[in-house]
Amino acid sequence: MSAVASSDSAALTQAQVSAEIEEISGAYDASSAETQPRLDYPPYRSSLLRHPTKALHQADPEGVELWAPVFGERDLDALEADLTIQHTGEPVGERMVVTGRVLDGDGRPVRNQLVEIWQANAAGRYIHQRDQHPAPLDPNFTGMGRCLTDDDGSYRFTTIKPGPYPWRNHQNAWRPAHIHFSLFGTEFTQRMITQMYFPGDPLFPLDPIYQSVVDPAARERLVATYDHDLTVPEWSTGYRWDIVLTGPHRTLMEIDTEASEL
Amino acid sequence: MTLTPTPGQTVGPFFGYALPFPHDNELVPPGTPGAVRLHGRVYDGAGDPVPDAILELWQTDAAGHVVQEAGSLRRDGYTFTGFGRASTDREGRYGFSTLEPGAPFFALTVLARGLLNRLFTRAYLPGAGDDAFLQSLDADRRSTLVTTRDETGLVFDVHLQGDRETVFLSYPRH
Repeated sequence: MSAVASSDSAALTQAQVSAEIEEISGAYDASSAETQPRLDYPPYRSSLLRHPTKALHQADPEGVELWAPVFGERDLDALEADLTIQHTGEPVGERMVVTGRVLDGDGRPVRNQLVEIWQANAAGRYIHQRDQHPAPLDPNFTGMGRCLTDDDGSYRFTTIKPGPYPWRNHQNAWRPAHIHFSLFGTEFTQRMITQMYFPGDPLFPLDPIYQSVVDPAARERLVATYDHDLTVPEWSTGYRWDIVLTGPHRTLMEIDTEASEL
Repeated sequence: MTLTPTPGQTVGPFFGYALPFPHDNELVPPGTPGAVRLHGRVYDGAGDPVPDAILELWQTDAAGHVVQEAGSLRRDGYTFTGFGRASTDREGRYGFSTLEPGAPFFALTVLARGLLNRLFTRAYLPGAGDDAFLQSLDADRRSTLVTTRDETGLVFDVHLQGDRETVFLSYPRH
């Protein structure tokens, strides 16, 4: 069956895309220590017409940018942190705990802040209607969760391990298994959307989205650690993934004052 | 202690069942006295609309105060939280129902399939032309950050690339 729409990018082979990835990687000067993905990364074909071509304009944060939206208990239900109990039955797949801390660039915990995740099911299928991958939907799995960090900056989700899935960046393109994370800090400038991966995934070298983070050490920061101490006997495995946001910009004194007022 | 930030990644194509929430783009219910519509379209470098983008809005209240109220995800119809989300439709259109901020600009983040990291920008009110930050920009790009007024509110188009490419921001320590 050929579900792939004809287009120039769909005609590219993995070998061609891998060659592009390797060329960019080979030209990377490790001393520059890039921490973020390239916005202009041609192996990810959807980025071609969607990346800014002009340098980002450096701005000093002002006003609302120095603050973040506030979320609280009224915004979500505690049950939303468990993606395995949102339906009447148990989802298929490897049950696991994913936990970690959200920290700012100074190592302080980001407290009481919203963390949102979304992911494919164990078969690599998203519930999204545009996902036409012919793998089974799981009637017991939506794949969306929310929680608030605690006073230690920790988040914790119970879910199942997502499967890898095919996409149409090029012929026979497969994404490594991942969980999407949406994070807020204490300032709007710290807003981040990212993806968490699993250790040792054989698809890493082939994936243009993972490889768009050109610095190898930076890429490693996207990979969770298997932690046997997080497992629950006869119940679930466990992964740990800490997330560091950029900034902040408000001074330590201002943030401490604010904390003491809360 | 200084830590190295975790990299961002694209929001991907399948956020539509996860990030939107009921009334996400209604910071105030439409029709509320003083409500204004902040709306526009998102375009790619070929001038085609981007149907799979999501924008986030963060702003002061009408008096210019930063709001620190919970309740964005489950709006009660009365509490102004200053935060909202709006997905683009098939024609790349987004819209928020909100209040004109007392501060000179709305802060916006732009997320989309094909965009490997979030982008930050500002949508300034039409009268903000002498703002110091705007004045620091080249005159030919300044207008990309300034809303225009139409019969329903304020218009702010986002051009990810091209001749009219929006000015996107980074901040120190990014």
